[in-house]
Amino acid sequence: MAEKFDVIIVGAGPAGTACAYTLAKAGVNVLLMERGEYPGSKNVMGGVLYRKTMEDIIPEFYKEAPVERPIVEQRFMMLDKESAINFSYKGMEWAQEPYNNFTVLRAKFDQWFADKAVQQGALLLNETVALQCIVENGKVVGVKTDRPDGDLYADVVVLADGVNSLLAKSLGFHKEFRPDEVALAVMEVLKLDRKIIEDRFNLEGDHGCTIEIFGDSTKGILGTAWLYTNKDSLNIGVGTMLSGLIKNKIKPYELLDYVKNHPMIRPYIQGCEQQEYLAHLIPEGGYRSIPKIVGNGVLVVGDAAQLVNAIHREGSNMAMASGVMAAETILAAKEAGDYSEKMLDGYRINLLNSFVGQDLKKYKDATHHFEKFPQYFEQYIPMMNKAASQMFTVDGSSKWSKQKKIWSDLGSAKDKWKMARDLMNAWRVMK
Amino acid sequence: MLHIVACIKQVPDTKIIKMNPKTNTMDRASAPAILNPYDAHAVEEAVRLKNRYGGVVSVVTMGPPPAVKAIRKCIEIGADAGYLVTDRAFAGADTLATSYAITKAIEKIAESQPVDLVICGKMTIDGDTGQVGPGVARRLDIPPLTCVKKVVEINKEQGYAIVHRKLEDGYEVIQSTLPCLFSVEKEINEVPYSPLPNMLRAAKYNPVVWSVDDLGDIDRTQLGLKGSPTIVAKVWPPEKPKGGEILEGSASEQIARLMEILHDKQRLFRVKEEQI
Repeated sequence: MAEKFDVIIVGAGPAGTACAYTLAKAGVNVLLMERGEYPGSKNVMGGVLYRKTMEDIIPEFYKEAPVERPIVEQRFMMLDKESAINFSYKGMEWAQEPYNNFTVLRAKFDQWFADKAVQQGALLLNETVALQCIVENGKVVGVKTDRPDGDLYADVVVLADGVNSLLAKSLGFHKEFRPDEVALAVMEVLKLDRKIIEDRFNLEGDHGCTIEIFGDSTKGILGTAWLYTNKDSLNIGVGTMLSGLIKNKIKPYELLDYVKNHPMIRPYIQGCEQQEYLAHLIPEGGYRSIPKIVGNGVLVVGDAAQLVNAIHREGSNMAMASGVMAAETILAAKEAGDYSEKMLDGYRINLLNSFVGQDLKKYKDATHHFEKFPQYFEQYIPMMNKAASQMFTVDGSSKWSKQKKIWSDLGSAKDKWKMARDLMNAWRVMK
Repeated sequence: MLHIVACIKQVPDTKIIKMNPKTNTMDRASAPAILNPYDAHAVEEAVRLKNRYGGVVSVVTMGPPPAVKAIRKCIEIGADAGYLVTDRAFAGADTLATSYAITKAIEKIAESQPVDLVICGKMTIDGDTGQVGPGVARRLDIPPLTCVKKVVEINKEQGYAIVHRKLEDGYEVIQSTLPCLFSVEKEINEVPYSPLPNMLRAAKYNPVVWSVDDLGDIDRTQLGLKGSPTIVAKVWPPEKPKGGEILEGSASEQIARLMEILHDKQRLFRVKEEQI
């Protein structure tokens, strides 16, 4: 007789584990399934974990969780071929509890988080792949795994199986995501002595810094590169919309090599030893790409539900929030003894009303707009660099004549109108 | 009903481990801890014998508390019970002290049900000595059968086992009295993808944990560093082989160069022919 659980959660990433933790804590018999050797072994993100949502789940988690460095400075780089405009915010309020965000290495962090769920009573099953949902009478009643005698049953199945979500796809909740709905991120973890990191990035003790790099770092394709400080390593990566890579016929690792050798970035990573190479798809379709996320006996959370705010590099926090909201809905459903789509739809409503849904709604047109009009990255960032160079180079010409030159370099009156319109449009999609 | 005890060890995955270039020791943090691959075959063989003749498979290991993970792996393969002996007093044990501690644990396991057969992997991939198995057999005063590549028959009623032992140029068919100890080759079986019920059982499983005090009548001078006469005088990584040549140029140029090399080396092939 196949074993029956109250809830089966497919995927032990932040969404699935947050859901498992919340349910187990409430005394629900929950199975957390992971295809990797251990939770985190197959998971990838740039490296920034925001504190708030995680702390709602486990107060003061940062005191025992394997976090790398609390971030005290966020830098931004507008990159041209051989120049960059930098700006940053550094604040000591981020250097003390409760902190704002941390760099984490997912292989360590996810494992720790899943252990916490196990301590609450969740059963963790590693190295097992869920192949499809078992559907009876139009209701999801379990999952079929890749192991012999591998059927499992539950009242509710939570799909936290990541960006490709084969299970949601097999239920017909969505089709293969389009290349303009997903970004491809490639990343390296580079080993570097912690003292050198602290000197090089102007940091004190455990403090950390993040650098987001726009413009030439993606050769004008919509996306960003990033450089984050861990305890004794750096995360360097670049993520671009899949459609942009296809259109420009660029391979992601070529882009990463280009970033690593860029004269504005090279000095930061000098003398590093490559430790790991990672690549992953990120669902960046935003609000319009959120698929069907509720069915009879089934909920979809995290990346599988396309819950990523690409503009603010938020994803793991949204995943956790969705996991918790799914758990809360399941608890209410359990109380009522009703696992129908209608009952579980409370999850979708709560999600869309929360910061997750609201933030995604705010930027619902942003990525699509910047993707459609590549001039922001291709033209305007180099223009800004040229203008800055022009203005700050002392060469005997007057500042008035410099301003004049900069103004004329912006192009004809028609070009300037177009720029003004683009700026307005950018404001419109971001506001 | 056979009672089979498999001896296992959690080891760093030496396929990917890094060496500390200064001390020439293994940087254990650089590689995940896994069940020693030879031991997986030992447990699998124990489970197959259990399925063939009926019985119980116990696994025993000496190691730090995280070695529970290796025991769970054995439960996935199909073992019934796991015993972890863990104590600071065991730290720094060489093969002599290890075989003493494992023997004491097996004697304790045998108190609840007599042991018919002990199975070990051929060796561990971190030590490569293959000494603990025979050491345990000697201390238990049972015959050690090393290099076992096939178990032909176990007959508990008449008290014998017949196995094939791997030799350099063939194999040896050998019969032994029971109880005895096998240390097994990798080729003895293939460890299949574990069925789901085993996985669930393993995920929930907590082994019996014993400290030195639980092992009863034990001579502490034979444990851990104190009981280990082995002295590691020097450790060094093997030199990387030099030589080799990467051919460049067009395909035909590369082929021409390859033929040249083969031509130069043909003497080697001749020697081979003469051997035949």
